[in-house]
Formats: sequence, structure tokens, C-alpha cells
Amino acid sequence: MEQQIVKVKNKKGVKVIPGFGLSLGVTLAMLGCLVLIPLASIFISAAQLSFGEFIETVTSRQVVSGYIVSFSCAFFAALINVVFGVILAWVLVRYEFPGKRLMDGLIELPFALPTAVAGISLTYLYSDQGWIGGLFDKIGVKIAYTRIGITLAMVFVGIPFVVRAVQPILEKLDRQYEEAAAMLGSGKLYTFFRVILPELFPAMLAGFGLALARGIGEYGSVVFIAGNIPYKTQIAPLLIMTKLEQYKYADATAIALVLLVISFLLMLVINSVQIYMQRFSKA
Amino acid sequence: MKKKITAVMLSVSVAAAALFTGCGGGDNDGGSGGIELLNVSYDPTREFYAAYNELFSDQFDQDVTITQSHGGSGSQARSVIEGNEADVVTLALAHDITAIENAGLIDSGWIDEFEGSSSPYTSTIVFLVRKGNEKNIKDWDDLVKDGVEVITPNPKTSGGACWNFLAAWAYQQEQDGEDEEATKEFMKKLYENVLVLDSGARGATNTFVENGQGDVLIAWENEAYLSMEEYPDEYEIVTPSVSILAQPSVAIVDSNAKAHGTEEAAKAYLEYLYSDEAQRLAGENYYRPFNEEILQEFSDQFDLDMNLVTIDDFGGWDAAFETYFDDGAVFDQIYEE
Amino acid sequence: MSEKKKQRMYNQDVSGDGIHSIQKVIEPPRESSRPVIKYMLIGVSVLFLFVMLILPLIVVVVNALGDGWAAYQEAVLDEYTVKALMLTLLATVTAVAVNTIFGIFSAYLLSKFYFRGRQVLASLIDIPFSISPVIAGLVFILTFGNIGWMGDFLKAHDIKIVFAVPGVVLATIFVTFPFVFRELFPVLNAQGKDEEEAAALMGAGGFTIFRRITFPHIKWALLYGVILCTARAMGEFGAVSVISGHLRGKTNTLPLHVEILYNEFNTTAAFAVSSILVLLAVLILIARNLVEWKKK
Repeated sequence: MEQQIVKVKNKKGVKVIPGFGLSLGVTLAMLGCLVLIPLASIFISAAQLSFGEFIETVTSRQVVSGYIVSFSCAFFAALINVVFGVILAWVLVRYEFPGKRLMDGLIELPFALPTAVAGISLTYLYSDQGWIGGLFDKIGVKIAYTRIGITLAMVFVGIPFVVRAVQPILEKLDRQYEEAAAMLGSGKLYTFFRVILPELFPAMLAGFGLALARGIGEYGSVVFIAGNIPYKTQIAPLLIMTKLEQYKYADATAIALVLLVISFLLMLVINSVQIYMQRFSKA
Repeated sequence: MKKKITAVMLSVSVAAAALFTGCGGGDNDGGSGGIELLNVSYDPTREFYAAYNELFSDQFDQDVTITQSHGGSGSQARSVIEGNEADVVTLALAHDITAIENAGLIDSGWIDEFEGSSSPYTSTIVFLVRKGNEKNIKDWDDLVKDGVEVITPNPKTSGGACWNFLAAWAYQQEQDGEDEEATKEFMKKLYENVLVLDSGARGATNTFVENGQGDVLIAWENEAYLSMEEYPDEYEIVTPSVSILAQPSVAIVDSNAKAHGTEEAAKAYLEYLYSDEAQRLAGENYYRPFNEEILQEFSDQFDLDMNLVTIDDFGGWDAAFETYFDDGAVFDQIYEE
Repeated sequence: MSEKKKQRMYNQDVSGDGIHSIQKVIEPPRESSRPVIKYMLIGVSVLFLFVMLILPLIVVVVNALGDGWAAYQEAVLDEYTVKALMLTLLATVTAVAVNTIFGIFSAYLLSKFYFRGRQVLASLIDIPFSISPVIAGLVFILTFGNIGWMGDFLKAHDIKIVFAVPGVVLATIFVTFPFVFRELFPVLNAQGKDEEEAAALMGAGGFTIFRRITFPHIKWALLYGVILCTARAMGEFGAVSVISGHLRGKTNTLPLHVEILYNEFNTTAAFAVSSILVLLAVLILIARNLVEWKKK
């Protein structure tokens, strides 16, 4: 019953709001020219390998260990980013305090700083001789040249995604709910977890997905702080570079293709959840 | 419905047209009348070529502007193959130039076009250690001792690091009487001591110098001198008993030079590298000049008594890559358990 | 509509059995000491930002000024630094313009209309984020380069894209492609389409609807998107590095210039040039604060 109503409304929606043709046209044209056509080259290049060669390339031990390092580090980095990203966005939207503006402006910094500079600076700080790495070294934790270091660099490059995805939603979020919840007597924490968090969830998910995707592909900053030791701290993008150094374009694109497909599937799941939740809430 | 489809088609084509005209319109090479040369080179040669380009254009009888490009040797070679229109390439190893030759851009036989296998200056592999040399590192066999931490780049991503690997291999071959398995075992121990396997020579230097990692950096001689120059009192250079003659190679990219009509200038540009002035300039930039007499002028700078093998002792680069650096070859094997 | 939302709020709280959760809602507040949480959260944020963002920044500044002010000035005012800055600005402005247009149209499309394959389309737009920058540069080489399938055609017509300025611009557009869309989409999604539908039923045209109804909702998100896009475009290194050919004074952007200086053991100059990028980021921050201030 409910399902049917949704469907009828959807059909009407397409007809009611003008601009469908134009926006579809512009979107497809730009996406096609700027992203899809160049992207097709990956497939064309990887297609130079036979199926057997392709499988052999992308499942060799080094490559698989590269995927594992990249994905596991990117996953933890994205989790850390979601936690701190939501806290940061919350603080920036809800509280007034001196230096808030400055703090707000710092968020984009990881984007503006070239990744290589970020990597060099982070390594300098977190190696066992560095300012922070030295402190951790005393308690026996090594950060630079380990997977912790890789995760750290990925946290650095991914943080703006989460903050900036959550912030606009928080700004728009109707305070009515919270007020209603507060009037009904629920505690602040309770309100946050049961009223606000569900509302933020799609944006958090989007931020998580983007930070994850960025982490998986990240090269410039990670390569300095990773020890790059095969099977231990070698990331997948470094293996792509290794193949390119040997002029094996097809192999390089094959590894890239696997990364791409996995990331694409991740994004698809995340987008589907996001769109599904929107449908659900507006039904 | 029909109207909507027309609208889609129309906007697609308008946007596409706008994009493509946008892409094509950005080409502007302000021709200044004289000859333009593009020298695609590798990383630490900038100061040398900045000075050399002035030297060259001062004495050349035509008006010539030289654009420089620097980067990792392998990726620079790749960019030329992919369409970077270099007139000359001056790279870290002949293998990279051979790759351009294989792509059909350089005529075969380039290696004999200029003297000394087209290497106007050479270098070698040395150790950079911290002042005082606490771990008492004198030669390659000190690097495999327990507790010695080594920094060297990955030969699979850094062409220059192939020389490092081969130098160590050459040393152990002499010790073991060419016993392949024993040498492999030695290399395995050596790379087990490697703390950080950077993707490039500069990254490795940074790891050793700025971040204080490791006891010894295996480096090109000229780069070791550059680090010494920056921090004069903190490091020492140790020359091992056996090393390899690192030969950065130069070549004219024939098909590009032909297309640009710069063959003559390109040839003159590379030939002049062998002039006394240029050779002295190379020495001042810590490269070993090809010219024996001028090399002797720098005898207090370079250890000239080192036992240097060459790439020919390994059967040339193609054989060396096949044996040591290709996927599944020796370097990969020593990292397999 | 707000009634509906409240209803949903209850629904979510209910989570199966109504009685249980209504009891929960009626429970008295557990903590009333709000300032504690406030300062704790601010503290966590400040610590995180300090450790993750400010310290690396300090490293950059300390190194940039390592050889004194004169050396800094020399590095920053160097002829090639200025040329690199110009190219970076050109690439950034173009990328931001292109991606803003794209972002508005695509976010409008995906949030206001239901059609088959929306999820796929949204995920396709995100692809540039999930591609390693190295590959992002490589795709253009594989398309327009000597070894690319369009290479011969371009060569025949004497059009240079890769290893020239258009390639640098294209790569920059590519890596920042989804930014504006990504910022606009969640906001438009959360807003729903009831208002636009109402306006359309009352006979408003497409542009009027966008300007009067959609735009006011997205202006902040648009600002964030443009700023993110600008920052990322300025700092992009990997993709541009593959496609630029590193021609000094011609196709070197600031980040590439930084790398070259660094690679030739000129650490101080490298950090000095990076500090220009930091400075540009600060300028953006000021500009943004001005915009926000004017609006309020």
C-alpha cells in the first residue's frame, strides 16, 4: 500500500518540476567528456591482457597484500574521520567560541597543501625522531613507516570530506526536533543519538565513503610515511607505479581497474543507502 | 516526450562542443624566433644544467632557448614515450633511453653516438653515514650485520636504485666466487636490514637526513655530496671497496628533433657536454667528468682508487632487468618468504 | 510536513514496540551540565586540529624560513615560482567554474527527479574521487598521449593536450570534478522536492524555481563546495605530475615546482613555495568569512 503511493508520486514528480531534460543533458555531457571517455582508456588498456594474464596480475601475492594494506588503512582512517568529522562539524555549527572562524578555515588545509608536502611534514612529525613520534616511541609505539603512519596520512587527506559533508546538514537541521525532544524531557546525549544522528547518517555515510575512496587511491602523502616494505607497508597505488616504471601499462591499469571497481561498488552501496533513506523519509 | 528528448540532445551537443573547443584552444607557444630545445632530464641535475645551458647558449652561434624538465628518470622517459616532445634526454641510466628507443623515437645505435657510451659524466655508489660512524661501516659486508639499519630506495620504482643493488651484488660476487645462491642470501640479509624502502632517491635521502632513520644511506656519490653540502658537519661519506660505475646517459630524441628541425642544435648541445668547461662544471656539481685529465683535477674530491664494475659486467641493462628487477626476478624473490 | 517528520522521529524511536520507547522518551534528563560537554567537544576538536593540521603547517613554516627571510623572498619571487603560480591559478579557476556548473545541474537532477539508474549515475560522478591520482593523470595520457587511442588524430591536427597547459587543466578538472555536486547533493536531498513541486504547480518556470526556491537552500553548501574545489585544485599533485611533463616555466604548477625544488635538495625553497599555497588557503578563508559576514 505504502509502496504504491510512493510510486505514483515519483512519476508525478518527474513531470511536475521543469528542467529535467536540460539538467540531464548537461550532466551527461560533462560527465561523459570529462570523466567517462578518459576513463574508458583504462578498460581499453587493461583489455590488452588476456583474461588469464589479468587474473594473474591482479591476484599476485604482492598486489593482493597491497590491496589489503590500502583498504584496511583507508577503512580505519575513514572511521576515525567520521568520529572526529562529526565532532568538528558539531562544534563548528553549534558552539560559539573564540577562534572558531580560524578553526573553520583550517578544515580545507589538507586539500590545499600538496600531498607530497603533507607527507613529508607528517613523516617529519611522526618519525621516532620527530616531535610527536618521539613521544610515542617512548611508550614503544612506532607511527611513521608502519601501517599506523599510513592510516594517519589517510586521516589527514580525508578529514575535510566528512566535516564538509556533515556541516551543511547540521546547519539546516530543524532545531524543532531537538526542542521537541528536549520538551519531552530527553537528555542531550539521548537527543543526539536518537534524533540528530539518524538525520546526519546519510551525510556521514557519504563522508565516510569519500574519505575511504580517497584513502584507497592516495599516493603522494602516503608514500613518504609508509615504509614501502613489500608485504608489510606497500600500498596498492605504489604497485601501480612499480608497473609503470617497467612500462607495463596494461598491468598498471589492471591493478587500477580492480581498485576502481571495488571503490565504485562501495560508492554504489553508499549512494543507494543514501537515496533509499531520502525516499524513506520523504514518503 | 519528444520535446524532452530534443532538449536532452541539444544540451548534450552544446555542452560537448563547448568543452572540446575549450580543450583545443589552450595551445600557445610564443615563438621567439630562435631555436627552442627541450631537455628532459632527471632529478638532481638541475643546477648543473642551469649553469650548463648558459655556458652552451653563450658560445652557440645561434639564438637558442633551452627548457628544462626534471623528475624521476623512469617517469621522465615514460613522459617522452607518451608524447612529451623532448629534443634531448639526459637520464640516469641507459635502460630508460633504450625504452624510448624501443618506442621508435630514438634511432638505434645512440649509445655510440657520443664518447664513453654517451655518458659525458659518471658517478658511483657510496655510503653516507652519520658523523663518527658509530656502527663502523666500512664496506658492503658491514651492512648485513645485525642491528645495522640501512636506507635505500626501491629499485623497482627508482631507476637510480638499480645501481645500488647491482653494486652490492658485484661486491658479494667477488667474495663468493660468483656463487649465485650465496649472493642471493647476502642480498636477502641486506634488504632485511632495510628499514624504509623509499620510492625514490630523494625520499630515501630525506628519510635518512631529515627524519633521522637508519645508520647508513646507500646513495649516488653526487647526491651524497649534496647532502654533505647542506649539513657539512653531520655526515661522512664512506667509499666501499667495490662499487659500480653509474653512467647517466644522454641522447638526441631523433624523431622529435627531426620534427622540430633542431637536429643540429641538439647534437651540438650534447657534444658540448664533453668540452673542458662543461666537464669542469660537471666536476663542480660532484659528477665525475668523463675526461681523464679533468677528472684528475678533482682527485682530492673523488676516491679514484675504487674498484668499479660496469653494467657490461652484468651483460647490459636488458639482461640485468631480466635477472634482477623484473616481476618475479631476484629482487622479488628475496622478499618472498 | 513537519508533522510528518515528527511522526518519523517517533517511528524511529519506537523501533518495534511503542510502549518501551515512549517510556524512554519520558525518562527525565540524565545530565543538565551542558557546558561540560561543550568544552569537552571543543577541546577534542582543538586537539585533533592541532595535532593533525596545525603541526604539519608549523613544520612547513619553520622549514620555509629555515634559511632566513631573504632566502624565503628569493624562493617565492623566483621567475619560475611566479609562472607556476599563474598556471595554478588558471587551472584552479577553470576547474572551479566547470565543476560548479556541473555540480549545480547534476545535484538538481539527482535530487529533484526520480529515474532509473540514479544511484549508478551518482556513483559514476564520484569516480574521480576513488581513482588514484596517478591513474587520473594516466587516463588522459592513455587517451590523448602518443600511446593513446586519440593520439594519432591529435598529432595529425597538431593539437597538444598532454604535456601542455590543456592537459594540466583537464587533470585538475578531473580530480575535483565531484566536489560541488557532493556538497550540494545531500542538502538538496534532505530538502526534498515538495517546495519545487508546489511552485511548479503554481506555474513557475524552471529558472525561477531554481533561483527562488532551490538556490537559497544550497547557497552555503555551494560555498563550501567551491572552497573545497578551489583548495583541492590548487594542491593537486599526483594527476598533474603525470600529465604535465614538468616543463619548467610552461607546465609546472606550484605543487610540481615544490617537488622539483625538493628533489634537487633545495628543501628550504620547496617549503617556501608550499607556504604560498598555505597563504592562498588563508586568503580563501578570509574571502569566505567576508561572504558569510555580508550575508548575515
